[in-house]
Amino acid sequence: MKKFLAVRIVNILVTLFVIATVTFFLMKLLPGSPFDEEKLAGLSDEDRMEFYARYGLDQPVAVQYAKYMGNLVKGDLGISYYYKGQQVESLISSRIGPSALLGAQAALLGVSIGLILGMIAAFRHNTMWDFFTMFIAVIGVAIPNFVFAALLQYYVGLKWGILPVAFWESYDSSILPTIALSMMVIALIARFMRNEMLEVLQQDYILTAKSKGLSQMNVIIRHTLRNSMIPIITILGPITVSLLTGSLVIENIFGVPGIGSLFVDSIKVNDYTTIMGLTLFYSAFYILTILVVDLLYGIVDPRIRLTGSKG
Amino acid sequence: MEPLLEVKDLYVSFHTQAGVVKAVRGVNFTVNKGETLAIVGESGSGKSVTSKAIMQLLPDHSASYDSGKILFDGQNILEISDKKMESIRGSDIAMVFQDPMTALNPTMTIGKQVAESVMRHEKISKKAALQRAIEILDLVGIPEPATRVNQYPHQFSGGMRQRVVIAIAIACNPRLLIADEPTTALDVTIQAQILDLLKEIQRKTGTSIILITHDLGVVANMADKVAVMYAGKIVEEGTVEEVFEQSEHPYTWGLLKSIPNLEANEQLYSIPGTPPDLLSPPVGDAFAARNEFAMAIDYEVQPPMFAVSKTHTAATWLLHEKAPDLSTVIQSTERELERTKRRDRKDFAKTDSIIQVHKLKKHFHMSGNSYLKAVDGVSFDIRKGETLGLVGESGCGKSTTGRTIMRLYEPTGGEVYFNGKPIHGDLKKQDENRIRQKMQMIFQDPYASLDPRKKVIDSVAEGIDIHKLAASVKDRRDIVQNLLEIVGLNKGFMNRYPHEFSGGQRQRIGIARALAVNPDVIIADEPISALDVSIQAQVVNLLKDLQHEQDLTYLFIAHDISMVKYISDRIGVMYLGNLVELAPTDELSKEPLHPYTQALLSAVPTPNPKIERGRERIILTGDLPNPMNPPTGCRFRTRCPYAMEKCKETPIWKEAKPNHFVACHLIE
Amino acid sequence: MTNTNLEKYEVKETEGVFREDSFKVVGAKKESQDTIARPHVGILKESWLRLTKNKGAVVSLVIISLLVLLALLGPYMNEYTYEQTDYDKAFQEPNGEHWFGTDKFGRDQWTRIWEGTRISLYIALLASVLDLAIGVIYGSISALVGGKVDNIMQRIIEVLVGIPNLILIILLIMLMKPGIFTITVAMVITGWVNMARLVRSQVFKLKSQEFILASRALGASNGRLIKEHFIPNTLGLIIVNMMFTIPSAIFTEAFLSFIGLGLQEPLASLGVLINDGFEGMRNNFYLLLYPTLVIVGLMICFNLLADGLRDALDPKMRK
Repeated sequence: MKKFLAVRIVNILVTLFVIATVTFFLMKLLPGSPFDEEKLAGLSDEDRMEFYARYGLDQPVAVQYAKYMGNLVKGDLGISYYYKGQQVESLISSRIGPSALLGAQAALLGVSIGLILGMIAAFRHNTMWDFFTMFIAVIGVAIPNFVFAALLQYYVGLKWGILPVAFWESYDSSILPTIALSMMVIALIARFMRNEMLEVLQQDYILTAKSKGLSQMNVIIRHTLRNSMIPIITILGPITVSLLTGSLVIENIFGVPGIGSLFVDSIKVNDYTTIMGLTLFYSAFYILTILVVDLLYGIVDPRIRLTGSKG
Repeated sequence: MEPLLEVKDLYVSFHTQAGVVKAVRGVNFTVNKGETLAIVGESGSGKSVTSKAIMQLLPDHSASYDSGKILFDGQNILEISDKKMESIRGSDIAMVFQDPMTALNPTMTIGKQVAESVMRHEKISKKAALQRAIEILDLVGIPEPATRVNQYPHQFSGGMRQRVVIAIAIACNPRLLIADEPTTALDVTIQAQILDLLKEIQRKTGTSIILITHDLGVVANMADKVAVMYAGKIVEEGTVEEVFEQSEHPYTWGLLKSIPNLEANEQLYSIPGTPPDLLSPPVGDAFAARNEFAMAIDYEVQPPMFAVSKTHTAATWLLHEKAPDLSTVIQSTERELERTKRRDRKDFAKTDSIIQVHKLKKHFHMSGNSYLKAVDGVSFDIRKGETLGLVGESGCGKSTTGRTIMRLYEPTGGEVYFNGKPIHGDLKKQDENRIRQKMQMIFQDPYASLDPRKKVIDSVAEGIDIHKLAASVKDRRDIVQNLLEIVGLNKGFMNRYPHEFSGGQRQRIGIARALAVNPDVIIADEPISALDVSIQAQVVNLLKDLQHEQDLTYLFIAHDISMVKYISDRIGVMYLGNLVELAPTDELSKEPLHPYTQALLSAVPTPNPKIERGRERIILTGDLPNPMNPPTGCRFRTRCPYAMEKCKETPIWKEAKPNHFVACHLIE
Repeated sequence: MTNTNLEKYEVKETEGVFREDSFKVVGAKKESQDTIARPHVGILKESWLRLTKNKGAVVSLVIISLLVLLALLGPYMNEYTYEQTDYDKAFQEPNGEHWFGTDKFGRDQWTRIWEGTRISLYIALLASVLDLAIGVIYGSISALVGGKVDNIMQRIIEVLVGIPNLILIILLIMLMKPGIFTITVAMVITGWVNMARLVRSQVFKLKSQEFILASRALGASNGRLIKEHFIPNTLGLIIVNMMFTIPSAIFTEAFLSFIGLGLQEPLASLGVLINDGFEGMRNNFYLLLYPTLVIVGLMICFNLLADGLRDALDPKMRK
């Protein structure tokens, strides 16, 4: 177990290192930096040198890279090009609250509704219930989340005026974005749960359980649910991704001051340090999720006892 | 004797997309207290459906009980409430399933799974139930039950899991135990343990047993009464002696004659054709189309059950008073069989060998530093024109040996010679092609061994295409047509796809494919183990005829030692990657020298109740060791009844008697 | 068995059942032994039959065909072009002149929507074809060569999988000039991984199948194995996966355009149109509605069709 963890952490660090390096050099290649020659043309040589020096741009690329990596280890993501004087890491931490709230709410809502729908579909296999649930699942996957968000905003927010649409003022403001964000999660989980349960219900050990005289309810609770819910852990990775990317558009649409809208805004103004910082942040978050998934799987499924030999 | 369970005129059907499958069509039988009824039949005969109907475990949405009664203790199970049925299930009637690898919940501890049943029916505390679980696990022979209750199924071997499944079934002392193919998924030495356990349980608790099986040997060993099922009906029922010795139904005759008799040497009888499709069962006797004694009436009217004696009934018009006396007819067919009686086993001692295997090793790299030594230093030769049988239990390396000889694997060490020339390593293209043509293989799984996307003609002609054996398209067609005829298939099937055929038909296509390149040697890797008994005999007979006509040499790999004994001239026995004994078949049967061979031969039940009654089995204790980490020295020593200090050294492979080789310290 | 039971089994000789020759031995029926229970249907035809049984898939196929047809012909069905502006006629509700109305520049929405559909479909198709080509080659090399090569190729994939796709796409698009080609390339760079993994695992599974062993035992060369066995047996999987790739590519394009990284005005794509529509939705909902209907229709239909195809081509279904 310890060896497994060690191997995995080394792997993660290598991946992060690769990502950081790639992003760094990509950024160097990017056009339209705020300090392009032409934009600084009006400045005196001295001012210009000072500007470069402030952002460390007067040094050779190799030195910049080494410095960036060095700072990275210390948790220093550099200074934002756009939000003058702000450290990127403090920028992120100041905006992470709303995003975390939305993500957590959407995950909770999505997983619970998805599980319930999936179970109903499996138990009422080949009935209208099943058909209805699968229709929801297809729609959830098929309707782009920003389209869904826009429609929600139009109908619930504008036409019916039930809930706030654009400003992050009270808890109510989080309701619509949460629903929009959870749509995909509901669809993914419902579909997965249904298929897993149908699979488990056909297993021989369900027959064994029935042959013991357990009631239908007991067979479901004690034997079916646990075994069909374990594999759901494996799709937590894709779900994280859908929440992360979903947050980019949905925060924008509903005017949520989270890291998703920060990312999109940074793209619009070419704030490279912030983009880099957020890219690394997202990647690290994703990779950690996958690690947690693997560890969780090892804990809940007795068949998988993690050993060091599997790298 | 008091009846415990009476099934009366039971009809069960399934609603599928293709239509209504009439799986059980009027079944009647009675199980008395304390007795064992065996229901025998091939796949699709309805025996499993019948047993699941008694447990009310058929899927609600597709199965329907069309008519009939299932009386347990006088009360009709088909009419009681679900709640009532739940209280009967597991306490009064319990079931043991076929595949112990899937019958246990993988994420629940063994202890909980056993205790669950006790808690459900006896309303005792969790702690007390767990204590009971430990006692029951001890009863079914699980070592150290107190620690093992907290383990999960994957930490148990197949045989041990089946013991757990049995423990769950007997946890509440059921009055009826239904065992659905309880040993089919197990190795023979483990099968012997489990059958023994079932008998012991019956002796201790007096439970009645319904044993569902396709294996007549198991029936002869276990049953008091036998019911033979065919196409959803019981065609014959009687005491085990009556059914085995005075069978009246032609299907029963066919079944009994299609399994090799260990003593006699005669040609196997094979029932022609395949069972009917129960989507539209035939009018009249369902077996008529395959019955060479079928009368006109068999095709028109379903035969009723005729009573032969108080305990013996059979559903065949042959028992009608107007039916002709078949003894003359039967005699003539017997004479026919006599004529085709297999040629005596030749003595191949002086024949040249066509394949020599020298210290062959094949190790597979697993994860990290561990290797699976699937084959670890095996030497033998195959002589021209003989059939060499290779037997052993799962994981003994017999298939790997075959595949390495076939050059599907590169050996880790050692060499294989074909006609004196090494076949591994770098070969010239033409040499390689020549060997590829001269050696061919037949595979186990008739469903996986044909490309699902290729027509029969293209599958069979694959070798012809590779070695460019056909001059023209027409030539290719003719060759394939001829091959199909040789293996007994309608040549009109050429343009069909594999999924349209039954298992036996597919296996014939596989044989035709191998024959297409005119091989000298055929390696048959478990060619019949996936087939039904009556189909097995068809394929074995085909293989023997082909050997005779085309002068073939066979390496016949199988775990079913009775079939191997029947077809082979010599037999090699493997255990955990080693060859432990090699001798001519008769010699090996009469005087097996290695303790493992003795146990293996003793473990196989014979389809003869008289022999089975009086027989003392050698029952090996324990499980097959993990092949990743086999015992040092003699690999059998952990289970050998005669193990001694010396067995920690590796025994030498020696010729104990002329042509009889063995690796054992007991033999000096 | 009790005597009452015996009685029950006694034969009731009903009138006319037995004839003179009823009890003459006629033997087994040779011809009926040699039959095949199922009717003869080719594999393609059988798959097609199974697909057409799936109502959702059939309806989807029809709708997709219709949308594709409109994407090809729609822009030519009136006299406007997608970039032609007419400021006098800005923000017109749908009417006889402009069937889907006009946008803020007075451009004809009908023309723009079908033009946009065409571009979106074009990008999706191109991306999925490229995914397929790279993924199939990469996956099959990885599986067929095996050993160290496979190991290294898998490590590369693992690193790629470790980065959320969209982030990588965004970075790549920022690097290159936005446009149809850029978007496609960016999507392919991350998209092929999925196909490569699927093909690899399928080929691995096939490699140990007995019919492949049989073919090797007959002396088949690697080329023959690939041509005769691996490709035909992977094709279904590839087609199905491609069907799933198309909607996800449509989504990605729209997503990028929506956050301002995709195609730029006056070019139209479904994403660009939805972005426009979203901005004007308060007063002119129809600007959002029509492109939304088209994209949702396409996404749902492609998903349903892919589902149907998977069931139709899945060999597990065939027994």
